[in-house]
Amino acid sequence: MTDPGTEESAHDYTWRNDLRRLFRSVTFDIGAVIVLFWVGCAIFGPSLVPHDPFADDLLNSLMPPSSDHWFGTDQLGRDVFSRVIVGARDILTVAPIATVLSTILGTALGLTMGYFGGLVDEALSRLVDAVLALPTVIVALLALTALGTSTVTVLVVIAFSFAPIIARTVRSAVLTEVRLDYIAAAELRRESTLYILFVEILPNVLPPILVETTVRLGYAIFTVATLSFIGFGIQPPSPDWGLSISANYGMISGGFWWTVLFDSLAIASLVVGINLVADGIESTLND
Amino acid sequence: MTLLTLWLLSVLIFAGGHILPGNVGRAMLGPFADPTAVEVLNHQMGTDRPVLVQYADWIAGFVTGDMGESYAYRSPVAPFLITALLNSAKLAAVAFVLVVPLGILGGVVAALHRGKAADRVLSVVGLSATVVPEFVSGIVLILIFGVWLDWFPISATWRDGAGPFTQLYHLILPSIPLVLILFGYIARMARAGMIEALDADYTRTAVLKGLSYRQVIWRHVLRNALLPTISVVATQIVYLIGGLVVIEILFRYQGIGSLIYTAAKKKDFPMLQAGVMAIGGLFALTTLLADLLYARLNPRIRFGGRE
Repeated sequence: MTDPGTEESAHDYTWRNDLRRLFRSVTFDIGAVIVLFWVGCAIFGPSLVPHDPFADDLLNSLMPPSSDHWFGTDQLGRDVFSRVIVGARDILTVAPIATVLSTILGTALGLTMGYFGGLVDEALSRLVDAVLALPTVIVALLALTALGTSTVTVLVVIAFSFAPIIARTVRSAVLTEVRLDYIAAAELRRESTLYILFVEILPNVLPPILVETTVRLGYAIFTVATLSFIGFGIQPPSPDWGLSISANYGMISGGFWWTVLFDSLAIASLVVGINLVADGIESTLND
Repeated sequence: MTLLTLWLLSVLIFAGGHILPGNVGRAMLGPFADPTAVEVLNHQMGTDRPVLVQYADWIAGFVTGDMGESYAYRSPVAPFLITALLNSAKLAAVAFVLVVPLGILGGVVAALHRGKAADRVLSVVGLSATVVPEFVSGIVLILIFGVWLDWFPISATWRDGAGPFTQLYHLILPSIPLVLILFGYIARMARAGMIEALDADYTRTAVLKGLSYRQVIWRHVLRNALLPTISVVATQIVYLIGGLVVIEILFRYQGIGSLIYTAAKKKDFPMLQAGVMAIGGLFALTTLLADLLYARLNPRIRFGGRE
């Protein structure tokens, strides 16, 4: 019989070892710095920016970047720099919540499909296929038109369209687990199904779930930004990036590049940052 | 199997367009409209009938090519849908012709330099390009190549009667964001296929037989490596269509994406459902074609030698 204490510390050791290797990965570090920067902007931005991101100043509208307005002003004379900084807030609220919801839903679905197999798996798999046959943006357009545009609808739509992808990953991870002896042992002990699913299997399939969740967070930001750009996501007067681009890109041929370029770079840097973090976690866990 | 998926999809889409909005007439006319007007409209559109009857009617119409009448234009949906699909097909074709060779080339180069800097850079750049939304790369491309350098037009719509080259010229810039999205996936699949083939016994045999490097790569590795890539390329069509919505809005192009978008804005449910259903059908069709093509190219399946 092994002493539970030593087992615990051995587990602790590999965990710390993974973490150390993770921080040594250059791509992860760059990604983490970018993401933390935007999270900082989302939390502390409103009290740090030089101008009120909502204050109109029609006399100074569409001014190019200057020492007073670093990124220039938009068509209502609002300071673009302040809006870009504060614009991180809404997307970094909506996207992570949607991702967590889809992870919970997808994990439950995947555990069920993988553990029960047979007809349950077959039926749920077909449903998953049907949802995956449509691009998320299209599903979102249909649902948002039917239910009306609101943040809650955006959350639900993303949760439901990402859950099948997570379910697929979890399902294949569970399939390799269900044949192992500890599951048979738990079944012999007559543990409840819920106990076997969430206490026995779940901890063993956490690594792929973690990777999938980070990747999905990138796509949730992708989707929220896209929906905001086409007017079905975050609503005005939020300084959200996608929303600002959609309000200003019509004037792009007039040469007012500063009203769209900085918001575009903000979105690009955030998604790339999250992607680098996901890539770092994936290669650390796979080695 | 495909039919079952399609049927489930049709139920989901029908639910989205008919059941979720509750009272369709009310949703179209707004909360302050006269109740009698709402009732009359619902009766005209047949949305006051039982749900199952409506579904049967809708799906039967769809199968026979009658996709209903647009609420917004008061005329059949089908002609709009066909024009839009043709336009989108042109844009998608340009993107595919650019991305498939590039993606495969990227994957092959990465696999041949496995673990070295070139591999790492291709993987990180490819994956990063995949997660940047199309409208973001589109805006940056418009700024650089449309506004500052003035090399390409910033609207994808050409004048009536424009020749194929003018059309192509208008479609280059809009296709690049789609290329960026797809490049990473295709390159990754091609790389995985290449690595598997490079490590396979038949490759070692070919090398040991004394064949030249070029012969081994061209005749033994590439042929086997690119087979799985085909099915991935086909499934990427869905991502491509999701991207079309945004690209067609950004570049003002009349395709399936802007059709769905306009229908959504106008709460034109028949048009919206037909558009979404068409995309689902397209997906099922391309998946099927990819399977057939894969079977055709793979002698193990072609000669019926199932394991």
